[in-house]
Amino acid sequence: MYMPKAFKFGFLLVNAAFLLLPSSQAQTVKLGQAISESQLSDFDLVAGPDGSGFPSGSGTAKTGKAVFDVKCAACHAANGEGVSGNTRLVGGDIHSQGNPLRTVGSYWPHASTVFDFIRRAMPANAPKSLSNEEVYQVTAYVLFLNNIIDESTILNKESLTEIQMPNKDGFVDLSHLH
Amino acid sequence: MSEKLDRVAGNGLINRRHLLKLGLGGLGSALATNALSADAGLKLQIPQWSQQPGPGTSAYGSPSPFTSQIQRMAATPNPVYPGGGASRSPLQHLQGTITPNSLHFERHHSGVPAIDPAQHKLVINGLVDQPLMFSYEDLLKYPMVSKTYFLECSGNSGTLFGDTPVDGSVQSIHGLVSCAQWTGILLSTLLDEAGIKTQAKWVAAVGADGASMGRSVPLDKALDDVMVALYQNGEPIRPEQGYPMRLFVPGWEGNISVKWLTQLKLTRQASQFRDETSKYTDTMADRRSLQFTFPMGAKSLITSPSGQMSLPQKGVYNVTGIAWSGAGSIKKVEVSADGGRSWANATIESPQSDKALVRFSIAWQWDGGSAVLQSRATDSAGNVQPSRDAILAERGLISFYHYHGVQSWGINSAGEIKNVYA
Repeated sequence: MYMPKAFKFGFLLVNAAFLLLPSSQAQTVKLGQAISESQLSDFDLVAGPDGSGFPSGSGTAKTGKAVFDVKCAACHAANGEGVSGNTRLVGGDIHSQGNPLRTVGSYWPHASTVFDFIRRAMPANAPKSLSNEEVYQVTAYVLFLNNIIDESTILNKESLTEIQMPNKDGFVDLSHLH
Repeated sequence: MSEKLDRVAGNGLINRRHLLKLGLGGLGSALATNALSADAGLKLQIPQWSQQPGPGTSAYGSPSPFTSQIQRMAATPNPVYPGGGASRSPLQHLQGTITPNSLHFERHHSGVPAIDPAQHKLVINGLVDQPLMFSYEDLLKYPMVSKTYFLECSGNSGTLFGDTPVDGSVQSIHGLVSCAQWTGILLSTLLDEAGIKTQAKWVAAVGADGASMGRSVPLDKALDDVMVALYQNGEPIRPEQGYPMRLFVPGWEGNISVKWLTQLKLTRQASQFRDETSKYTDTMADRRSLQFTFPMGAKSLITSPSGQMSLPQKGVYNVTGIAWSGAGSIKKVEVSADGGRSWANATIESPQSDKALVRFSIAWQWDGGSAVLQSRATDSAGNVQPSRDAILAERGLISFYHYHGVQSWGINSAGEIKNVYA
């Protein structure tokens, strides 16, 4: 592009002046307010497979049945067989010839996910209405319905992460590719 | 037709200049000889609306009542899934590459929360030097970037894994893709402010909806081009897109761009949320399931003419559509009218920017016989959109997400257009 010499020089000077500004001056906005993890204990619901984020409390399938019958069975049926594809919690075989039912028992790789999902999203018509104790109880009941634990197994933050799910080796983590 | 047609591929694909020369374009265009001569008895009058003042300005505009058929399409609500479900963009009615905010596709897991931005908080915690809390008002003061990106649900087009081709429109089959200009704060800016601990490898993003939708984002991607988006096509993000803020993860499956964003927790491992284990995983023929298959594949669709339309008569048509890739920009779109036996390069009409829709077109003369219209995209990384057969060979039949095969629109001698497998 043609530019008169004087103009070109001025243009360069302006650019040089801009470059000399400390880069921090352009990005000094820091408006986050400090907060402590203890202030977030009711807010942070992320419960991971390494056991992080699980609250205190415990439950068994025996105690969970009563909660499940009242708060879950309307959509998932008393035996967990559900009322439509996405509400089915039990059965299925990932290795079957046809379309496998992908349920907690046949598909989900981590027991932590069952607790995490129920606590944050269930029951669908009143999410987060269960107490932590009730979430442990219902999680135990769903695992019991899938023959993964006994009726009297006490589920808490320690025992939950030790549970080996039937399809735990069925997943290939591709996150390293991206 | 006086001029000899310049053919660029089989079954009627012709040079674009014919569109201009014949004065044709869009579905319903007919042959020049039919279209260009008006009825001899016609005497054009000044219309009634030119003889009176119209209504004045309005506080917030709305589309013409004559375009009221241009709507999102949603399935009947499911009583056991309150607020759940999806609505699809009317791709067959849209042009260019930007989806109007009112027509951007939706996918909700517990409905649209009614968030008061003055009460909403964004928290960054976990493996950071200092957990932080941000108000909406404060976030508006940060430097922002504006980028045009597509967003596609990984379940889009999933019905095409089925044995029999569904009788559907481009909207009902492929309407879970949209494109907008997103404006927001680079996530790296906010994470740097909190201070990332060296053990952190993932960011768990959580929404403020009833489902507290959660997804894990690898830290490398989070620090690359991910943003906390606050604006959509220039206005505050719509409630159904995450008002007051959403995560936006360019090029990756839509579900990970968590709406109504309220928490970012840095962790060592992925959090293994329901929507990255039970859902949004791809079961292969050998029954292993691929997890964290994030990027959306190179893909294109002819949006007009397309499924459930019909061609009124023989003649020249403007074949137009959209293409995109999660791996970069679109370099080339080819079109076939003979089911993939021959291909011609379509014209790309819009900027070819990274992870955004492009609009393509090509002229096609329908001779009244049967035809199969297809399009095939190539992206800047060299990925070529695969055929349906290639996808099925690789993925098997029980997979559901990330379908990006070549779409075939079959046209019979009556001009009826149907989704077909070719």
